[in-house]
Amino acid sequence: MRKITYRDALREALIEEMHRDASVFLLGEDIGKYWGGAFKVTDGLAQEFGEERVRDTPISESAIVGTAVGAAITGMRPVAEIMFGDLTALAMDQIANQAAKIRYMFGAQAKCPMVVRTPFGAGVNIASHHSQSLEAWFMHVPGLYVAVPSTPFDAKGLLKTAIRGDNPVLLCEHKLLYPLEGEVPQDDYTVPFGVADVKREGSDVTVVAVLFMVHKALNAAKELEKDGAISVEVVDPRTLTPLDRRGIIKSVKKTGRIVIVTEDCRTAGVSAEIAAVVAEEALDYLDAPVKRVAEPDTPIPFSPPLEKYVIPDEKSIIKAVKEVV
Amino acid sequence: MTTDLPKEKLVEMYQKMLQIRGFEEKLFELYSQNLVPGTIHLYAGEEAVAVGVCSSLRKEDYITSTHRGHGHCIAKGADLKRTMAEILGKKTGYCKGKGGSMHIADFSIGMLGATAVVGAGLPIAVGAGLSVKLRKTDQIVACFFGEGASNQGTFHESLNMASIWKLPVVFVCENNLYAMGTRQSIAMNIENIADRAVAYGIPGVSVDGNDVLAVYETACKASERARGGEGPTLIECKTYRHRGHSRVDPARYRPKDEVAEWLSKDPIKRFRDKLLRFGVVEGEIQAVEKEVSLQIEEAVRFAMESPYPQPEEALEDVYA
Repeated sequence: MRKITYRDALREALIEEMHRDASVFLLGEDIGKYWGGAFKVTDGLAQEFGEERVRDTPISESAIVGTAVGAAITGMRPVAEIMFGDLTALAMDQIANQAAKIRYMFGAQAKCPMVVRTPFGAGVNIASHHSQSLEAWFMHVPGLYVAVPSTPFDAKGLLKTAIRGDNPVLLCEHKLLYPLEGEVPQDDYTVPFGVADVKREGSDVTVVAVLFMVHKALNAAKELEKDGAISVEVVDPRTLTPLDRRGIIKSVKKTGRIVIVTEDCRTAGVSAEIAAVVAEEALDYLDAPVKRVAEPDTPIPFSPPLEKYVIPDEKSIIKAVKEVV
Repeated sequence: MTTDLPKEKLVEMYQKMLQIRGFEEKLFELYSQNLVPGTIHLYAGEEAVAVGVCSSLRKEDYITSTHRGHGHCIAKGADLKRTMAEILGKKTGYCKGKGGSMHIADFSIGMLGATAVVGAGLPIAVGAGLSVKLRKTDQIVACFFGEGASNQGTFHESLNMASIWKLPVVFVCENNLYAMGTRQSIAMNIENIADRAVAYGIPGVSVDGNDVLAVYETACKASERARGGEGPTLIECKTYRHRGHSRVDPARYRPKDEVAEWLSKDPIKRFRDKLLRFGVVEGEIQAVEKEVSLQIEEAVRFAMESPYPQPEEALEDVYA
């Protein structure tokens, strides 16, 4: 199968959906012909679809998302880009109080089919305002879906599902994933929400990981197989809302052990929710306590050694796995 | 003062204003008897704004609304019974009891809903305007908000965005002088919100918000401009709420002579006098008044007799 990058997979999804459905349009800061998106996901799209449908906006995050909401409830399918995940804070009211609640509080009169795409994640030394992983904030907002693609295949398939669906979706990308290559079929396909993917089969321990941590977990799994003969199963939830509780439990029942690896802060983070699910529904199957590998509740620091210290890596995953096996 | 408007249109506007006043006064009464859950923000006193603006709109045009939104709904043509039922938390309400007083919507008449976050409706109105432009229909959007909302960042972001894209949005600021208990002069250094339009390169007009015909004429010009693809207008309607911010608020922060002065400028009383001068006969006016009071009674009866939703319906409609 052909291989393309995560960035190109996202772009392909946008192009194909814009051809398929005239109500799909894009808006965001510098996504148009002069820049093509800060991470080049929308590069060339303004030239292909015109500036009406690939719309550069002022630096107004709240109005970008609010505009998407207003367009979505009146028949359009907007895809908004927020340049960095950290900046969703500026649009939080429109995401959490408007987009997510508009259907419910108006008694299902409205649907709000919109996507907010945004990159999270550290690793490129751009410090506290451009590096956070804030997925957990959005898991706390009923009415919103949260997708976390870790591969080009998932990125394209999840984005297509997000665009075609009738609910607001936050598509969390990761800035280190954009250049990553992976197999993506030529034919049209979608990836369903709420279905975890076993990225690697194993029998001794389940490692649940999201976004870039999936790849670190896969590297760690290879190492562990080599030196310690520990067989690691890597499970990628792919969407945090809805969360495939059954998929996670199924793996835990098989291995009897779980390590949860996320890049966000430990306290009340993604890993906390997954740990709670396992504690509630699979405690009897556990042979060891739940283990979490996460960011240690600090802002993301700038200096390379400082940043490296707070972001989970293969070493910390290997250590955690060895502690539970 | 003369008007070119046909008599039927004038009487219809008067009827809408009366419906709002009657609805709000009845609601206040029900509230005092502990029959309304939560809180209510009454529109009484500001009727000329909603009716003046909505009378310039077509059915397919959109409006966005605020926590003080009952008047906007009724002016756009919402059903009194379902509006009342929603406020009482009944299953037959517009939102099946999920929204209440601060979140009424009727998408079938372009009423895109009330948001209770001050200033949050402005970007949504911009989005509806963009949607109209992309779908190439000739609808327009009227966006209601208070003077307090004009201090929010969303006001700036939205007016700027609507102006650069020449969107068909009419921004209607209801300046009732107080944001909750905060007098306008404490929160901003200008007297006319309309002056803020200069910053966006769009027309800004201040109008007597207790004169329904003045509001109507101004709104017609703005609507025409919006429909013609020339972009948004900021209209500031100077008005006054007859009661406090919400039910529990006796509004002691408002000087007595100020209240008296504004009560003397009651938009309904003024319009009634004008109707007589325009040749609408007293009997006709009284007939409308009687009809409206029956409509209100009917709305209350419908709402009171309607069932509450089943508790477990709380779990429905989170996702489509």
